[in-house]
Amino acid sequence: MLLSEAATTGGLFNLVPLVVFFPVIGLLINIIFGDRMGEKAIGIVASIAAGLSFVVAVLLAIALIGNHEGAVVHLFDWIHIGDLYIPWSFQVDTLSVTMMLVVAGVGTLIHIYSIGYMHDDVRFQGHPDAYKRFFVYMNLFIAAMMVLVSADNYLMLFVGWEGVGLCSYLLIGFWFDKGENGTGNATAGKKAFVANRIGDFGFLIAAFVMFWAFGTFTFNEVFEQAPAVAEAMPTVIMAIAIFMLIGVTGKSSQIPLYVWLPDAMAGPTPVSALIHAATMVTAGVYLVARSAALYTLVPEAQNIVALVGGVTALFAATIAVAQFDIKKVLAYSTISQLGFMVAAVGMGAFTAGMFHLVTHAFFKALLFLSSGSIILGLEHSHHHLEHDGKLPKSEAALDPQDMRNMGGLRKRMKTTFWVYLIGALALAGIPPLAGFFSKDEILTEAKVLNPTVYILLVIAAFFTAFYMGRQIFMVFFGKPRTESAGHAEERPAIITVPLIILATLSVTGGLLSLPGLHTFSHWLEHTLEHVHVEAFNIQVAAISTGLALVAFTLAYLLYYRRYQQQQSMPPAKRPDDPLRPMLGPVFTMLENKYWVDEIYWALFVNPYVNISRFLADIIDWNFWHDWFHNKVLARPFRLFARWTAWEFDLKVIDGIANWLGNTTISMGGSLRRIQTGYVRNYALAVFVGVVAIVTFLLLR
Amino acid sequence: MVPVSYYVALATILFTIGAVGVLVRRNAIVIFMSIELMLNAANLAFVAFAQAYGAMNGQIFVFFVITVAAAEVAVGLALIVAIFRTRRSINVDEMHELKG
Repeated sequence: MLLSEAATTGGLFNLVPLVVFFPVIGLLINIIFGDRMGEKAIGIVASIAAGLSFVVAVLLAIALIGNHEGAVVHLFDWIHIGDLYIPWSFQVDTLSVTMMLVVAGVGTLIHIYSIGYMHDDVRFQGHPDAYKRFFVYMNLFIAAMMVLVSADNYLMLFVGWEGVGLCSYLLIGFWFDKGENGTGNATAGKKAFVANRIGDFGFLIAAFVMFWAFGTFTFNEVFEQAPAVAEAMPTVIMAIAIFMLIGVTGKSSQIPLYVWLPDAMAGPTPVSALIHAATMVTAGVYLVARSAALYTLVPEAQNIVALVGGVTALFAATIAVAQFDIKKVLAYSTISQLGFMVAAVGMGAFTAGMFHLVTHAFFKALLFLSSGSIILGLEHSHHHLEHDGKLPKSEAALDPQDMRNMGGLRKRMKTTFWVYLIGALALAGIPPLAGFFSKDEILTEAKVLNPTVYILLVIAAFFTAFYMGRQIFMVFFGKPRTESAGHAEERPAIITVPLIILATLSVTGGLLSLPGLHTFSHWLEHTLEHVHVEAFNIQVAAISTGLALVAFTLAYLLYYRRYQQQQSMPPAKRPDDPLRPMLGPVFTMLENKYWVDEIYWALFVNPYVNISRFLADIIDWNFWHDWFHNKVLARPFRLFARWTAWEFDLKVIDGIANWLGNTTISMGGSLRRIQTGYVRNYALAVFVGVVAIVTFLLLR
Repeated sequence: MVPVSYYVALATILFTIGAVGVLVRRNAIVIFMSIELMLNAANLAFVAFAQAYGAMNGQIFVFFVITVAAAEVAVGLALIVAIFRTRRSINVDEMHELKG
């Protein structure tokens, strides 16, 4: 039939620009007609736009099954200056289509979820008209991300890279007048943008070096020339790889630029799910996977990337253990899992990293959206209790995201509990859920390729299971610790159905690449030539699963048994977390995230702010503006202007004009006397004139 | 024959009297009469010379002068009547509104 024919001949590849255009059209419709359409219509338009993008991605995937090589679809010549030729072309291959499916698929589910979530959230925040703006930004994000993953050259990728950074800023600071001191959310958005920008600086340097060495930005051309350039100038490839790594640490929040992601939780929960879990943060991983041909030429750089990923994974996992905000735990978990992915693609296990990217998108989005469901449940019951006057005084200002205010939600929000449990088990890597297969593949590769990183990742995996167990037991088990938690209710279907779909994907996602079959690896092999697939190692799997179960048991003992015991202590002596008395100052250090933000503030931000304030206030304002402009420039000018106006213009010019006028008047006055009005005078004048002329003629 | 110079002398005397009359008299009608006198003095000179040199040009020209004089008098007297109607006087010394 037409579809399969088109699939095999590759005609479907030409649909790829639509993955960008559908969201753009969606956002344009919402911008122009949004105010007249009403909330439901806005949400539906945005979700359909994302959904159509997903449909196109599916069609592209079908086409790729028939035609593994993929294609480059040229849209128009973007930049053509002398030797610099950069087209706006889309690259359809297994790697980019994988990303497109993840972005559009998870994105559509999150759009649908947001229809219900934002309906409540805009009312809690008091800005009902913000609904339209949210969906415009979300569609803009999908469009930018699609540009990023479908680009066929580094510069177009950078356009998408910047675009998603912008959308991240807009969406983190969505409630821009809320947060600490009324500016907290806006500050978080600014922090994200600045941290990303520092990463972008690295990316740009890499791009400049690349152009200098290769003369082109197009992937295929760069990768073809790479071995030759590596022979001639090996340090150049190393430089490109390291600078690109800086970009990756910014966008995919690794050490040292990860600090923006926990603050980014200030944005609405769907934003955290889509941008800061499933899609934008994975752009760095995609970049390294795409540049596989470059990285495999410089093993030293690969080692650095893998170490960065591994250290970040462990570092973030330890912080997550001591966080109380439900979203912050998930944020640090994301940083940690991204560390896994970056370590994987750094080592050269590109398919393992991409596999984990896909499965992580499923269960992390699931976890974030479910946490949103919990937060809404608490907010709703808080609101109802307040309305009915049954709210205890201590709960008047309740933080709905603090896990210490939850408890016992298993009975009140059953669906959310089950999907959350599935997500947590998948994240911890319990077989047969999706996370087990992808994480296991990374660990197996690491044991062979980079044993140091393997150790780091295994320990990180232990902590992962521990903090997820902690979270499950604190939130869902035990007795509710506040009245709001005690009266929380399950959310409606528009919220729970996407959760169930994502949970199903988290369970079945492992099928993508079962050990032995490695379907996904073979799929990606068509694009990435250096696909290294280890055989299934039962020892690694057993160790990781065993550690996860041990961690869960530990979490159970601490956060179910001991926590319950501690609840019966008087409030003054009751610790808010069973680990605090056990770890003491270590716990405080973890809770304060190793004071990294404070260190950055003291080392970089504060001096910079002071320098800029000095330059602005002292140099620019006091010296330049006040002294130089006013005394040296303005005063002489003003004196000159005054002299020209009063002395010169008034006295001289006006004098000349007045003299002319006065002379004319006096001459007129004199000449006027000839006109006496007497006819006889005029006749006499005529007579005298005639006599004079005749005399003159006669005597001539 | 009477020599032409006698006629010319007479014309001159008439012209002078007319000129002086225009300059000196205050009554508008008298001024007009003086102007007529000047014109007719010129007519006399024309006719005298025409007869003396046998050319008809002088006599033809006198026709023109008489016609023009008549027209001019018609207009002028109409003006004087109009002025008299408003001012009840035709003393030219009193008509000096157009002075500068």
